[in-house]
Amino acid sequence: MPDTLLEVHQLKKVYETASGPVEAIGDISFDMRQGELVCIVGPSGCGKTTLLKCIAGLLKPTAGTIRLADRPVTGPPESMALVFQEYGRSLYPWLTVRGNVELPLRHQKMDAAQRSRLVDDALEAVGLEHAGRSYPWQLSGGMQQRVAIARAVAYHPEVLIMDEPFAAVDAQTRADLEDLVRALHIERGMSILFVTHDIDESVYLGERVIVLSTSPTWVQDDIAIDLAPERDQITTRALPRFTELRTHVYEQIQRAKRGEAVRPQA
Amino acid sequence: MSTPADTMKSGPRGRSRGTRTVIAVLYAVAVPVVLIVAWLIWAGVSPQIFFPSPIAIAEAFVNTWLGPSLTNDVIPSLARLGVAIVLAITIGIAAGTVIGLTPWLRELLEPVLEFFRAIPPPVLIPVFTLLMGITTSMKLAVIVAGAFWPVLLNTIDGVRSTDSVMTETAQSFRLTRAERLRYLVLPSAAPRIMTGVRQTLSIALIMMVISEMFNTSSGLGYRIVYFQRNYLIAEMWSGIVLLGLVGVFLAAVFTFVERRVLRWYHGIKETERA
Amino acid sequence: MSTPVSTPVTTARRRRAARKAILGLLGVLGFLATWQLIPMMGIIDERFLPSATTTLARLGELVLDLEFWRNVRRTLTYWALGLAIAVVLATALGTIVGLVPFLRRATHTSVEFLRPIPSVALIPLVILIFGIRTPAALVIIVYASFWQLFIQVLYGVGDVDAVARDTAKSFRLPRSHRLRYLILPTALPYFMTGVRLAAAVALILAVTAEMTIGVPGLGNVINLARNAGDSPTLYAVVVVTGLLGLVINLVFRAVERRVLGWHQSVRGEVAL
Repeated sequence: MPDTLLEVHQLKKVYETASGPVEAIGDISFDMRQGELVCIVGPSGCGKTTLLKCIAGLLKPTAGTIRLADRPVTGPPESMALVFQEYGRSLYPWLTVRGNVELPLRHQKMDAAQRSRLVDDALEAVGLEHAGRSYPWQLSGGMQQRVAIARAVAYHPEVLIMDEPFAAVDAQTRADLEDLVRALHIERGMSILFVTHDIDESVYLGERVIVLSTSPTWVQDDIAIDLAPERDQITTRALPRFTELRTHVYEQIQRAKRGEAVRPQA
Repeated sequence: MSTPADTMKSGPRGRSRGTRTVIAVLYAVAVPVVLIVAWLIWAGVSPQIFFPSPIAIAEAFVNTWLGPSLTNDVIPSLARLGVAIVLAITIGIAAGTVIGLTPWLRELLEPVLEFFRAIPPPVLIPVFTLLMGITTSMKLAVIVAGAFWPVLLNTIDGVRSTDSVMTETAQSFRLTRAERLRYLVLPSAAPRIMTGVRQTLSIALIMMVISEMFNTSSGLGYRIVYFQRNYLIAEMWSGIVLLGLVGVFLAAVFTFVERRVLRWYHGIKETERA
Repeated sequence: MSTPVSTPVTTARRRRAARKAILGLLGVLGFLATWQLIPMMGIIDERFLPSATTTLARLGELVLDLEFWRNVRRTLTYWALGLAIAVVLATALGTIVGLVPFLRRATHTSVEFLRPIPSVALIPLVILIFGIRTPAALVIIVYASFWQLFIQVLYGVGDVDAVARDTAKSFRLPRSHRLRYLILPTALPYFMTGVRLAAAVALILAVTAEMTIGVPGLGNVINLARNAGDSPTLYAVVVVTGLLGLVINLVFRAVERRVLGWHQSVRGEVAL
C-alpha cells in the first residue's frame, strides 16, 4: 500500500472571469499520507475553496496534477466524500435524514440490508440515530452538518474533504463538531483534509497544518502539530505547546497578509 | 390558506378543543349559508327570471345531470378532461426537463415558446377544428395544446435553476444521471412545476367547456349553451353549478396532491416563519 | 480600448447575449421554415394550414385595413377595461379581507369555492342578462382576472414578517405608517405578480368572450374567418392575438422588474 494518499503537484488555477484572467492559485504542492488529518488554513479569499474544488474534481486546474491513491483526478473520484460549508444547500430538503445519507449508496452494488446497516452505523457515529425520519430543515444547523458528515461517513471514502464545515454554526456546537471529527479520525482511522480560516481550529484538529499565502496562492508553511492524539477542548487548548503552535500559525498568516513571505522557487 | 397564525391566535384563549372545532365549522359555513338563505328569501319575495331559487336549481340539477345526460354528456366530457390533463402534465414535464437541461436547445426555442405561450388558448379551437375536424381526438388535442404551456415553461425554469451546491454534491458523490433526475432535478423543480400544474388545470377546464360550446351536439359545454338558447334557466344554472363543482373538485385534488408532493417545501416555509 | 477593466466584461456579456440572440433567431427561422414546408410538401392541405408566406402576406394586407385596427382596439379596450375593474376590486377587497382576521376566516370557504369556477361557465348567464353587448364580455373578463389578483393581495398583506411586525409594534408606529412602510412594501411583489397574471388572463378571456358571446373584436374575426373558410385570415389573426399576448407579457414583466428592482433575488448562472 502506498503511503501517499493524496498528491497535489504544482497546481495552478486561473479563472477566465468577465474582468479578465484572475490567478486564484499560483503554485500549490503538498502530499497527504494515508490516515492523516491535515488542516489547510489561509487568509480569507486565498483560494481555499478553489483548491478543494480542484481536488474534488469539480474544477479543472489550469496546470499541475492531482493524484488520489495513485490515480490522477480528472473528475469527481470514487473514493472521496465532501462536506460543504453550506449544509443547508448540500442536503436535499425533500429527502429525510436517512434518505440523504442513503442517497450516494443507491447506485453502489449492495443489498438493501447492507445499505441500511451502513446508514445506521453512520447516523450512530454522528449521534443522530434518533433523527433518521426527520427532514434536515427540522434540525438545527449543527445537526444538519452532522447529517452531511454522516452521509460522507456512510460512503466509506478513502479521504474525507471538509470545506470550512463549521463556519456557519455557533461556538459551542462548533466545539462538539470538532470533537466529532477528531473521533472519526481516531476511532475509524479516516483520512481527513480539513479546510478552515480559523487558526485555533486548525491547530486543535490537525496533525499537520498547511498555511496558504494570499492569492495567487502557494504553500507558505507546512507545520507538524506535535500534540497528543487524544485532544480535549479545555486541556489541549490550555497547553503551552498549543499556544506556541497557534502563535506560529498566526504569525505566518499575518506575514502572508502583509505579503512579506517569499514565494519558494520550484 | 389556514395559516399557523390563525391557530395560534385561538390557542391561548383557553377554549376547549371541541369549542374551537365548532367555531371553525361556523366560520367555514356561515357565509355560504347566509348567502344561500338570502337568495332563497329574495327568490320567494320577488321572483326573478334569470335567478331562479336555489331549490329550483337543485331540482333541475338532479333531473338534468343524473339522468341519461350523465352518460351522454357528463362522463365523456370529464373523461376527456382527465385524459387531457394527464397528457398535458406529462408532456409538459418531459419536454420541459429536456429543454431546461439543454442550454442550447433552451436558447433556440425560447422566443418561439414565448410566442406560443402568449396565444390565448381558446383561439386554438377553430384552428384545430380546421386541421382535425370535429372528433374526439381533436377535442382532446385542443385541450392539451392549450393547457400544457404553464407546466412546460415552469418546468424549464425550475429545472435550470437547480442550486449549484446541490449539483456539486450530486457530482462529488457520483450520482448517476437517472439518480440526479429523480433525487435532485425534479424535486428541486417541483414547486415551480406545481405552480404550472395549477394554471394548467384551470386552462384545461376552460378549454373543455369552450371546445364543446360550438359545432358539437354533446358534452357539458354544449348542454349549457343549449339550455340558455331554449330559456331553460334553472337547467342552465344547474350546469353552471356542475362546472363549478368540477372546478372545486379539481382544485381539491390539486391541493391534496400538492400538500403531499411539496410537504418539504411547505415545511421549510413554516420553519422560516417561526 | 481606453477602459481595459470594463471592456472584457462587456465583450463577454455581449458574446453571451449575441449567442442567445442568434440561437433564438435560428429557432424562429426554423419554426417559420417548418410552417412553410408542411403545406408545401403536402403533409397538410394548404386549405387547412396555409403556409407561413401566405399567412404573413394576409397579415400584411390586414395591417393596411382600418377595420382590422378597429378590431384590435376593441379587443384591447375590453382587455383594459376588464383588467382595470378587476385590479380596483381585487386590490380593495383583497386588502380589507387580508387585514381583518375575522373577514379572512369568514370568507375562506366562499373564496375556495368561487375561485375555481371557470368564468366561461358564466357565459350563458351573462348573455341572458346583458345580451350580446359589452357588459357581458366585461363580467367574464373581470370574474376571471379578479381571482388572480385577489388571491395574491390576500397572501401579500398576510405575509408580513413576524419580526418586522413586532419591530413596528415596539416602536408604536401608527396604523397609517404600518400600512405605508410595512404592509405595502411586503405586499407589492405579490401585487405585481397578481397584476401580471391578471393581465394575461384578461386577454385570454377578452378573446374568448368575443368568440363565444359574439361581441365585436379579434375573437369575432376569427369566428367569421373560420365560418367563411378563410384560413389565411384565421391564422393571421391567431398570430396577431399571440403577438398581443407577447407584448402584454413583456411589458408587465418589465414593469414588475423595474418596480421590484430592490426585491428580485436574481441569481445569475454560476460562473465557476
